Amino acid sequence: MTNRIKVILAGASALVALIAAGPLHAETTLSFLIDNSPDTVAAAEALVAAYETIAPDVTIEIEQRPGGGEGDNIVKTRLATGEMSDVFLYNSGSLMQALKPAQTLADLSDLSSQAKVDESFKAVVRADGKLYGVPFGTAMAGGILYNRKIYQDLGLPVPKRWADFMANNEKVKAAGKVAVAQTYRDTWTSQLFVLADYYNLHQGAPNFANDYTANKAKYATTPAAMKGFERLKEVHDAGLMNEDFGAASYDDGLRMVATGEAAHYPMLTFAVGALKQNYPENLEGVGFFAQPGDDAAKNGLTVWMPPALYVPLASQNADEARKFVDFAGSVEGCKIMVETNTAQGPSLVDGCALPADVPPAVKDMLPYFEAKATTPALEFVSPIKGPALEQITVEVGSGIRQPAEAAALYDDDVRKQAKQLGLPNW
Amino acid sequence: MTETRLRSRKSPYPLWFFLPAAAVYGVLFVVPTVSSLWFSLTRWDLSSAEFIGLENFRQFFSEPFLVKGLVNTLIYALTTSGLKTICGLLLAVLLTGNIFARGFLRTLVFFPVLVSTIGIGIAFTVMMHPTKGIINAMLETLGIPGPGWLTNPALALFSVALVDLWKGVGLATLIFIAGLAAISPDYYEAARIDGATRFQQFWRITLPLVRPATITVITLSLIGGLRSFDLIWAMTRGGPGFSSDVIASVIYKQYQAGFYGLSTAGNVILFALIAIIILPLTVWLNRREVEQ
Repeated sequence: MTNRIKVILAGASALVALIAAGPLHAETTLSFLIDNSPDTVAAAEALVAAYETIAPDVTIEIEQRPGGGEGDNIVKTRLATGEMSDVFLYNSGSLMQALKPAQTLADLSDLSSQAKVDESFKAVVRADGKLYGVPFGTAMAGGILYNRKIYQDLGLPVPKRWADFMANNEKVKAAGKVAVAQTYRDTWTSQLFVLADYYNLHQGAPNFANDYTANKAKYATTPAAMKGFERLKEVHDAGLMNEDFGAASYDDGLRMVATGEAAHYPMLTFAVGALKQNYPENLEGVGFFAQPGDDAAKNGLTVWMPPALYVPLASQNADEARKFVDFAGSVEGCKIMVETNTAQGPSLVDGCALPADVPPAVKDMLPYFEAKATTPALEFVSPIKGPALEQITVEVGSGIRQPAEAAALYDDDVRKQAKQLGLPNW
Repeated sequence: MTETRLRSRKSPYPLWFFLPAAAVYGVLFVVPTVSSLWFSLTRWDLSSAEFIGLENFRQFFSEPFLVKGLVNTLIYALTTSGLKTICGLLLAVLLTGNIFARGFLRTLVFFPVLVSTIGIGIAFTVMMHPTKGIINAMLETLGIPGPGWLTNPALALFSVALVDLWKGVGLATLIFIAGLAAISPDYYEAARIDGATRFQQFWRITLPLVRPATITVITLSLIGGLRSFDLIWAMTRGGPGFSSDVIASVIYKQYQAGFYGLSTAGNVILFALIAIIILPLTVWLNRREVEQ
């Protein structure tokens, strides 16, 4: 026998041995699509690791996608072409409705974990009376992150009225610091003064959301709705912002408010996750308050619901996927996520209490919830949100466009969205 | 006479010979083109499409920033195409001359063409940062206050156009070098004997004879400029606000928002715009070439 034949025979027998020693029970591999922000990845990895220990025959492969509009495209395209992963993470509320859940998503109403999920969350993943998602993370809020050390050093009180906020800003400016960090390189961050003002808008015009959806109320003709744009302009005109506001990024904004370069950064509290990842030593120095309005007695918080986990109808491993999602929505799953990093506000799962040592920015939110001074953001009570808002708020915040004109322009943008959604009355 | 003409027109290949190529062409080009024409007339969410006539086109033209996007597209295309043609020709003359390290310099000019556009966009965004960027830092040492290259609405589009020039001029130079190399040295020899100056040689010999290359460069860079997207998106995303939006970025934003029918209508408009500009231009340029 020549050497070559020996080698071939040895190789073949090794192959046979390998095949014979294969697994006896079926293993399932689930694909799991998430966005690529570091805190989401950390929470998803912790969740998967925990689940794989209790279900050893299941392997879960995490895939990442970009966030924002690009991520929306990927999710919509993959759903429409039947290429979606077995489990995926996506927004709740109006963006979830745009996925046409009845045609594309599996009904998750009968999962045992749903019993403990808060009704406020169920409302934003429900369509035609069925529940399509379980919460991933905690509720969060839009408002203003502030540097506690600057507040201490200058003896500033936490403002409840817009005028008090502006007075604080002047003092910060006089002390030689940036009063308000703005980061228009990441255009979405420019919307906060408008979106987080929704609690104040809701106080001034309680029927706005319904009228707005029904094409009866407009930003340009509702004074309370115009306030957000006006506040954005006021901050710009007073020269309170960082010099490089047009080129600064979200991460610059977080750095500025965390390290005390800036006193304020209007942001969603999901930033607490990123702060914990990137500036852990400064996390204690960052506080949070709701966007101040006209009346101190009516000060309250605009709340965002967390994204949800969904299972597409087309999944080949629907049963295994449902089990994993059920775990993620359970008290145990919630605790894993909260402990990893995603405590950005109160938990939406009954029995999943926040740890005692939550960062100050999260603690600062709780009194608003206890006083019931909260309202869901407009995008959770109306299906329409114009896609160009972030460019328009950049223009107002940079002094390129006046608030009245901007509000009218945004109304046009909203009309386009409503028409594309095929809403009645538009 | 007619018989020979007919015979000479007849292809030497049988018809079935073309079928595989025709099938590829049909599937990859004809079907998408026709279906995009159809989808531009619908409200389309990828799973279902509802016919709404010309509503998408009406919507697109009532978009307050389409007009701005259109004007910006033309400004951007003309600026980049003009600069690439002029700079490309000048660089090609330099790099075909008898100069030191010619091969190395040619490589240097062509190098940016090979680099990813997005990478270049990100690198220049960092360099053009108003306070921390290297460009303004250098200007500052000279005592000149640097502008907000990408954050000043009046400047942003031109800043991107300059980067586009830097990135694309290598290709124009390469085409011009090939064009220059094709000119017979006899012309220059004859001109020198007649006592022509360097400038006269360039003006009377080089420029007319490099014409085919010029037409190629103008056409390619104009088409590139009209449908330009990646660099603008990487550097400004059409901002600040809408000040550097071009048609392609407006279309992309509609797509991002989930308005698939509307963005397809935008693509049809872009297609028509390029055809309207490029077709007559090529016919005109080529006719003059034949006349000469």
